[in-house]
Amino acid sequence: MVGIISYGVYIPRYRIKVEEIARVWGANAKEISGGLGVFEKSVPDLDEDTATFAVEAARNALLRRKINPDDIGAVYVGSESHPYAVKPTACTVGEAICATPNMTAADFEFACKAGTAAIQTCMGLVASSMIKYGLAIGSDVSQGAPSDALEYTAAAGGAAYLIGRDDPIATINHTCSFTTDTPDFWRREGQDYPRHGGRFTGDPGYFKHVGGASRLLFSQLKTNPKDYTYAVFHQPNAKFPQKMAKDLGFTSEQIKPGLVVPWLGNTYSGASPIGLAATLDIAKPGDRIFVCSFGSGAGSDAFDITVTDAIESDLFQRDAAPGVMQQLADPIYLDYAQYAKHKGKFVMQS
Amino acid sequence: MRDVAVIGVGCTRFGEKWESSFRDLFVEAGALALEDARMSGEQIDAMYVGNMSAGRFIEQEHIGALIADYAGMATRHIPSTRVEAACASGGLAFRQAVIAVASGMEDIVVAAGVEKMTDVEPGISTDTLTGAADREWEGFMGATFPGLYAMIAQDYMHRYPLTREQLAQVAVKNHYNGARNPIAQFQSEITLDTVTRSTMVADPLRLFDCSPITDGAAAVIVAPLDRAREFTDTPVRVLASAQASDTIALHDRRDISTLDASVAAGQRAFRMAKVSHKDIDMVEVHDCFSIAEICAIEDLGFCKKGEAGKFTADGETALGGKIPVNTSGGLKACGHPVGATGIKQVFEIVQQLRGEAGKRQIDGAKIGMTHNVGGTGATVAVHILGRV
Repeated sequence: MVGIISYGVYIPRYRIKVEEIARVWGANAKEISGGLGVFEKSVPDLDEDTATFAVEAARNALLRRKINPDDIGAVYVGSESHPYAVKPTACTVGEAICATPNMTAADFEFACKAGTAAIQTCMGLVASSMIKYGLAIGSDVSQGAPSDALEYTAAAGGAAYLIGRDDPIATINHTCSFTTDTPDFWRREGQDYPRHGGRFTGDPGYFKHVGGASRLLFSQLKTNPKDYTYAVFHQPNAKFPQKMAKDLGFTSEQIKPGLVVPWLGNTYSGASPIGLAATLDIAKPGDRIFVCSFGSGAGSDAFDITVTDAIESDLFQRDAAPGVMQQLADPIYLDYAQYAKHKGKFVMQS
Repeated sequence: MRDVAVIGVGCTRFGEKWESSFRDLFVEAGALALEDARMSGEQIDAMYVGNMSAGRFIEQEHIGALIADYAGMATRHIPSTRVEAACASGGLAFRQAVIAVASGMEDIVVAAGVEKMTDVEPGISTDTLTGAADREWEGFMGATFPGLYAMIAQDYMHRYPLTREQLAQVAVKNHYNGARNPIAQFQSEITLDTVTRSTMVADPLRLFDCSPITDGAAAVIVAPLDRAREFTDTPVRVLASAQASDTIALHDRRDISTLDASVAAGQRAFRMAKVSHKDIDMVEVHDCFSIAEICAIEDLGFCKKGEAGKFTADGETALGGKIPVNTSGGLKACGHPVGATGIKQVFEIVQQLRGEAGKRQIDGAKIGMTHNVGGTGATVAVHILGRV
């Protein structure tokens, strides 16, 4: 059965606290942290971007599983912050991991769910035997305008999933999607920052689509939340996935390992893939994991995943690359001026 | 002049109604009013529709015709007229309907109000609402409505003994009432802390001193009093309909802490209805900001100038107080779809007079009043309604 052969994550080491951002804008940090359930967020280094995150995550995936990169027949990178409007990030990744030239590649965009859309595409190519392995990546230097609500959560990081058929560490038993044309969050060509519909991103956006895809998967598989060991939801903040989980009937224990947003922030296309990675970091053979992503615009991809014995076998070295909690530990905190420098906000002499 | 009665009322739930368009909203409110009056649309002779700014909120003008069309009355060619007086559009639409029936020109007339405000971003809605002030002398200079009412509050607090907590009590009381009104946008009670610790908007007004952006529609049907029993067992008589104007810019006023148009319209209404303050069982006032309710209950004469803060803190405006104010939750908690607010006020008073106000019912209510303000007080409509 098609499944996850390996996975890897990259989170930059720098952080900024919500208090520090609120200090600059004269906002009430406690109210913001309390409302969002987010306390700090990751920040890229000066020379990092979506492509470097994607490469690091892909390399971490390959450190954990020895495969021949030539067997990777497809590389897809999902992001809202591809460094180039025209010129694929996926080619850079393919070259960096020595998977070129006999491969197909493309960049994906579906707001925060482009990474899971890439996983679905790889599943199809593998299942139809067009490729042996496909590499699906969700990676973002998340964008949010200064002082906008998004600035408190827009973080940086990515996760890579190697999809294949031979001895997967977790089988992907089923996937389904729920998609509509809903303008809850958008960014037009040439604009620096996304715009959003405030509370409209909630009920008509996140909850309708995540709820829609989740319930669709339950009805197709005749499962319910009790059938799963863990659940991972897209996490633009902590409140949305917690409420969604509760509404669907999941417990807070089920979502706990995958809810990394309070100390990471929202990594957009990286968000649910990193949440899944944090869950796989602690998962045991036989664990069943429910995943549902969300991308504004809007849509959700739901997955039913079962961890196999391979995750603890010699085929896979989980410790060969740092796990999510390891990467979240020991951060370097920035003040707002350093943060602005890291995000390239200063106009420099050319 | 003929006596006029309200024979049917309807109102949508107020809130961020993302699933409902402008058309959906007024059709729903109109259908509810027709159902309430046990009549069909074929019996309607004319319509007046209060709407402030569909042109900017949904880029649709010609609202009178649109509503007649989607109400299924276009092919009967009934007269349908949009009335605009900023946030007092609804109050004026009701007054036009009352005048039409009182004059004998029409018999069965719909007065409706509708606003769809959440299709635009907050910056656009704030600027659109600023059109209710003086664009050249206020709007272009950067003034917004929270800013203008904050100036009223600053002046008032400088001259009269109003504390921050007393001002906050207006919002606390209105949320308490809203939590007992099924159509209200906000269904939760709040505390003084909720108000005094909320985000500062324009000093001294904080977020919870301000009414929200709201979608909603309301409709009432008026008819000659002598025909009212054909449609309802509980007609409500229109005892007075008054309207007054003032300078459009706040800085041109004699006194910015007194809305002279409220005073004038209130006095005219009391004279016309031949009732006194002690006869009023409850009043819906225009609390677009907490300070506006403080001014309104003084300007209408329910307490002396400078005493409304203590009056409110003492619970005299609460359910069960001397004069319950904004039993619906007011603009603060019930919501403020600007063109619909004046009609919703009539809807609330009619429900109270019929004894249909549920958990917020004022026992034995016989006479109620509505007070609808446009801008910072450049237009005011006051109505007094009584049980028959």
